[in-house]
Amino acid sequence: MTPRSEQPTTRRPEQAILVGLAPPTRSTLAGSGSLPVETSDPKNHRRAERPRLASRRPRFHALAEAAIRVLAFSSIAAIILIFVFIGKEAWPLLHDSAIGKEVTLAKMWFAQQWPGYDAPEHVWQPVSEIPKYAVWPLVVGTLKVTLIAMLFAVPLGVGAALFVSQYAGRRLREIIKPTVELLAGVPSVVLGFFALMVMATWLQQALGLDSRLNALVAGVALSFAIIPVIFTVSEEAFGAVPRSYVEASTALGAARWQTIVRVVIPAAGPGVAAGIALGLGRAVGETMIVLMASGNAAILSVSPADSVRTVSATIAAELAEVVFGGAHYTVLFFLGVLLFGFTLATNLLGEFAIGRMRRRLGGMA
Amino acid sequence: MQKVQIESVGNQTRNQSILKIITQGLAIVTVLLAPLAAAAGEITVKGSDTMVILGQRWAEEYMRVHPKATVQVTGGGSGTGISALINGTTEICQASRPMSAAEKEKLRDRYATIGVEIPVARDGLSVYVNESNPLTEITMDQLKLIFTGKVTNWKELGGPDAKIVVYSRENSSGTYVFFKEHVLKNADYTVRAQSMPGTAAVVNAVAKEKFGIGYGGAAYAKGIKVLKVKKDSESAAITPDEAHVKDGTYPLSRPLFFYLRNKPTGDVGAFVEWVLSAAGQAIVTKVGYYPLK
Repeated sequence: MTPRSEQPTTRRPEQAILVGLAPPTRSTLAGSGSLPVETSDPKNHRRAERPRLASRRPRFHALAEAAIRVLAFSSIAAIILIFVFIGKEAWPLLHDSAIGKEVTLAKMWFAQQWPGYDAPEHVWQPVSEIPKYAVWPLVVGTLKVTLIAMLFAVPLGVGAALFVSQYAGRRLREIIKPTVELLAGVPSVVLGFFALMVMATWLQQALGLDSRLNALVAGVALSFAIIPVIFTVSEEAFGAVPRSYVEASTALGAARWQTIVRVVIPAAGPGVAAGIALGLGRAVGETMIVLMASGNAAILSVSPADSVRTVSATIAAELAEVVFGGAHYTVLFFLGVLLFGFTLATNLLGEFAIGRMRRRLGGMA
Repeated sequence: MQKVQIESVGNQTRNQSILKIITQGLAIVTVLLAPLAAAAGEITVKGSDTMVILGQRWAEEYMRVHPKATVQVTGGGSGTGISALINGTTEICQASRPMSAAEKEKLRDRYATIGVEIPVARDGLSVYVNESNPLTEITMDQLKLIFTGKVTNWKELGGPDAKIVVYSRENSSGTYVFFKEHVLKNADYTVRAQSMPGTAAVVNAVAKEKFGIGYGGAAYAKGIKVLKVKKDSESAAITPDEAHVKDGTYPLSRPLFFYLRNKPTGDVGAFVEWVLSAAGQAIVTKVGYYPLK
C-alpha cells in the first residue's frame, strides 16, 4: 500500500552520506576541514582500506588521485585567498588617514547630522559633494528581503520535501522532484526579469502598493531561487530517516501522520535546519534578482512595500565605476567582507547541523 | 563503486588535456591574428548609457561604409567610460557630462595629457511621466522638490492624490550626475529614489508605473509622456525639441561628448571625423538626439 515499501532497506547508509554531499559546492567547501564530525562515519572505514587498494592499482591511478587531491585543496586555497583579498582591500578603511577623512566605521554605523538634512540620519549617497556611507539601510534592506524570501521558501520547500518523501507515490515523486530541482537551474537573471516585468505589476494591482518594485516583489522572486536548495537538502534528510524508526512507530500503533509528526520530523530536524541555513546563505548573497526587482533605493524602514537596496546589489551596481583604492571602493569591499562573513557563518551552521544529524542517525545504524 | 570513480577520473584527465590543446590552439590563433585585427582598425567606444544607442548606430553605419573597420560600442555609464579611458581600456569614451577636474588630473598623471573633448551631439534631458498623468508641464523648482523628496504627492503639483514614485539612475550614470548638478543644485537625491540600471529601464518603469516620474535622454522617450519644462514659474513651458535644444532655451539641454586621450589620428581620427560629418550627424537625428549645427 505504501510507496515506501518499494525502497530496499539497504539504501540507508548511502543516503546518510548523501545528506553530507547534497548542499551546493560553495557550502561544502566552506565547511570542509573545520568539522569534528566524521569519527563514527562509515566513510572513514573505507578510507582506512585505501592504501592497500592503491598498491594494487597502476601508477596512473595514483597520479589521478593526487591530481584530484590537489584540485580539492586548491578550492580551499581559493576560498582563503578570496577572503584575504577582500579583507586586504577593505583594510585601509580602518587605518588610512585620507580615507578616514571621508568615511570612518563610526560614520557608517551611526546616524550623522549631514548639512541639508533636518535630523541625524542614516544615508547611503556615495556619489555626492559629501559622500555618505551609512550601511544600516543596506543591511536592513538585505535582511528584509531575506526574511520575506524565507517566509515563502521555508514552508514551501520543507512542505514539498515532506510530501515527496512521505506521501507522494513513486510516479508523482518522479515528476515533482526533478521539476523542483529544475527550478534551481533557472538563471537568476531570468527570475529577476520575470519579477521586474510581470510579478511586480501583479502584486501592485493585487495589494495596491505605492511602487511596483519593492522588498516584497524581490523577496518572492528570491524565494524561487532558494526553494530548490531547501527542498533538496530537506528531502534527503527525510529520506535518510531509518526505516526501522518508521516501522517501530507503526508497530506501536501510531497512525501515519503521528509517525511523521512525532518520529520522522524530529529525526530529520537537523537536516531540515541545514537546508534552511543553506537557503539563508544563498538568499543573502543572491544579487541579480534583487538588483532587478527591488528598485534599489536605500530606504531605512521595516515596511515590505518600500523599495530596498541590498548589500550584494550595491556592490554589483557600484563597483564598476569607483575610483580604484578610494574611499567608496574600500567601503564596497567592507560590504563584501560583511557579506562573506555572513554567508560563511550560515553555511558552517548548515554543515554543523548536517553533521549532527549524521551522528544522531549514525549511532542507530 | 570505487572502480567507477576511478574510471570517471580517467575521463576527466583526458577531457582536461583536450581542453588544454584547444586553449593553446586558441591562444596561438589569437596571437597570429592580433596584428591583423589592429591593421583592420578596431576602435573601442565605451561609456554613457544615454549614448550607447547613438554610438551603436554610428558604428553600424560606419562599418557599412568602411567594411574594413571594426567599431565596438559598450555602455556602463559615463563614469565607467571615463575610468576606462584613464585605465587605457578604451580609445573613445562617450560621456553625457563633462569630465570632472579630479578625473582630468588622473588622466594627466598617467598620460601627461588632459584629454581631448569633442562635442558630438546635443540632448534635451527629458522628464518622463506615465501617459495617464494629467500634468503637462513642470518647473525646475518642482523637479528639485520631487527628486530631493520634499514633495511626495502629485496633489501638491495639481495632480491626483497619489504618492510620487521617483525613478533615478545608478550613480555611475552621467545623466545622474548631470541631473544632480543642474536640477538638484548638488543636493542629494531622496533616499526613496529608485535606481534603474539604464535609461531604457527608467522608461519601462515609468510606462508601467501610473504615478512614476523619471528622467533620461530624449531618444528613449517612447510609450511615456514627456513633460514641458519651465525655467521658473514665470517663464514659458518648453518642449525638448530640436529648435529649443539647439538654441539652449530648453533648460535641460546638454552636449554629449567624445573624450579621447590624445588628438585622434589614423583609424580613430577617421571615425571621429565621420561622426562630425553630415552623414554622422544625420544619424544623430535619426536616433532621436539633436545634431550640433
